[in-house]
Amino acid sequence: MVLFMAHRTALYDAHLAAGGKIVDFGGWDMPINYGSQIEEHHSVRQNAGVFDVSHMTVVDIAGAGARDYLRQLLANDVDRIDVGRALYTGMLNDNGGVIDDLIVYKQDNGYRLVVNCATRETDLDWMEKQAGGFAVDIHERPELAMLAIQGPKARETLAGLLSGARAEAVSSLKIFAFAQDGDWMIARTGYTGEDGVEIMLPNADAVALWGQLLDAGVAPIGLGARDTLRLEAGLNLYGNDMDNTITPWEANMGWTVMLNDREFIGRQPLLNQQENGHAEQVGLILEGKGVLRAHQKVLMPNGEEGEITSGTFSPTLGKSIALARLPAGATGKVDVEIRNKRQVAQVVKPPFVRNGEVVYKEL
Amino acid sequence: MSEIPAELRYAASHEWAKVEGGVATVGISDHAQDAMGDLVYVELPEVGQVVAAGDETGVVESVKAASDIYSPVSGEIVEINEALEDEPELVNNVPYEGGWLFKVQLSDEGELDNLLTADQYQAQIDSE
Repeated sequence: MVLFMAHRTALYDAHLAAGGKIVDFGGWDMPINYGSQIEEHHSVRQNAGVFDVSHMTVVDIAGAGARDYLRQLLANDVDRIDVGRALYTGMLNDNGGVIDDLIVYKQDNGYRLVVNCATRETDLDWMEKQAGGFAVDIHERPELAMLAIQGPKARETLAGLLSGARAEAVSSLKIFAFAQDGDWMIARTGYTGEDGVEIMLPNADAVALWGQLLDAGVAPIGLGARDTLRLEAGLNLYGNDMDNTITPWEANMGWTVMLNDREFIGRQPLLNQQENGHAEQVGLILEGKGVLRAHQKVLMPNGEEGEITSGTFSPTLGKSIALARLPAGATGKVDVEIRNKRQVAQVVKPPFVRNGEVVYKEL
Repeated sequence: MSEIPAELRYAASHEWAKVEGGVATVGISDHAQDAMGDLVYVELPEVGQVVAAGDETGVVESVKAASDIYSPVSGEIVEINEALEDEPELVNNVPYEGGWLFKVQLSDEGELDNLLTADQYQAQIDSE
């Protein structure tokens, strides 16, 4: 008897064909790597890679009340963007905790949200609950696949495989802008710290494009390298670096909070916390050998403590790096407890790597 | 399919041992390195350390996880693979050769009978 069947994206067979090692990820059968995670990481930093991110949840918000609804639902303000632009934001609970982080795209006739797969049900329930009183239609789009093509050669290679408006969009879109052509939506966004695009498109088109990209020398990239790339880029992972008990102030997401004259969910607790002080997210670089991991304890020289929220080995730096939540104002060196031994780490301001360059600043 | 050389003995915790002249060379199996993914750090015991079979004697860390290493045999550590400090990927690339971890001067060769044969280890992997 089959009690539970994992979800599979349209590219599942293509992952197997490319040698993908499949793992469970939030109820989805997804590739963790196609051989070497570190080689995949370098492919994206130095050339181009393609990621199947079809497990992400796409939700369209339509209706006359969509704008007012989203201005209340999200901590960033959709009025900051024009049609054809995207915005990164948190969706907060009544305590200011992050229910999810997401990208909202402003379309001609409404808005599109891309939210995390692990939080899909919580998000949709919350969005429905908050929709009372607004003339909105909340409509999930599970029939769309999503590919991320990332790396310094990503747009050039991809444009060469497309024609017309799609090729033009890939070549000329500005950062955080997007274009729609038929069933395709092409956005110059990503989760790697490299140039590139993300494309939402019908499943059949995704399978065809995946094959063309691999034939053109673009490397398939698994979830393993996706994590090391985003961590080097200083980008948060929901569930690790923040969750519904953590506010944007505590997760280096202050820049995504638009405090203007509008009311939005979580606003008052954020104002209170701003006044009373809060922990902060910083980066750490391990000076010795070993690997920083989530939940390791961080000890500051003044006796205060913090915690690593995400840690890994950075293939670009050749050292271990982490994001950590520490009491405000942490600088210099701290100790991290790794298997009951203390190791020295330097506090830095992320990102660690952007566009192939090491860019962190010591604090 | 992972490689499981017939001439080695295996611990249920995925270490292998190869005995020559009363000294066991210890490493982790091809199956174990494949499950770990790219290794980036290996912590080894000290030469001279005396260990009992089943003692924790090191850690291998991949990009995604850390995993303890247990000595499959009792005795004194007589050599460690210093090449792994700069090239932990040897464990991924040649787990049964250049990727060995440490050598133990056996205190009781009879202990080898407690380890799995290649067939038994294969059966264990198949049942996991």
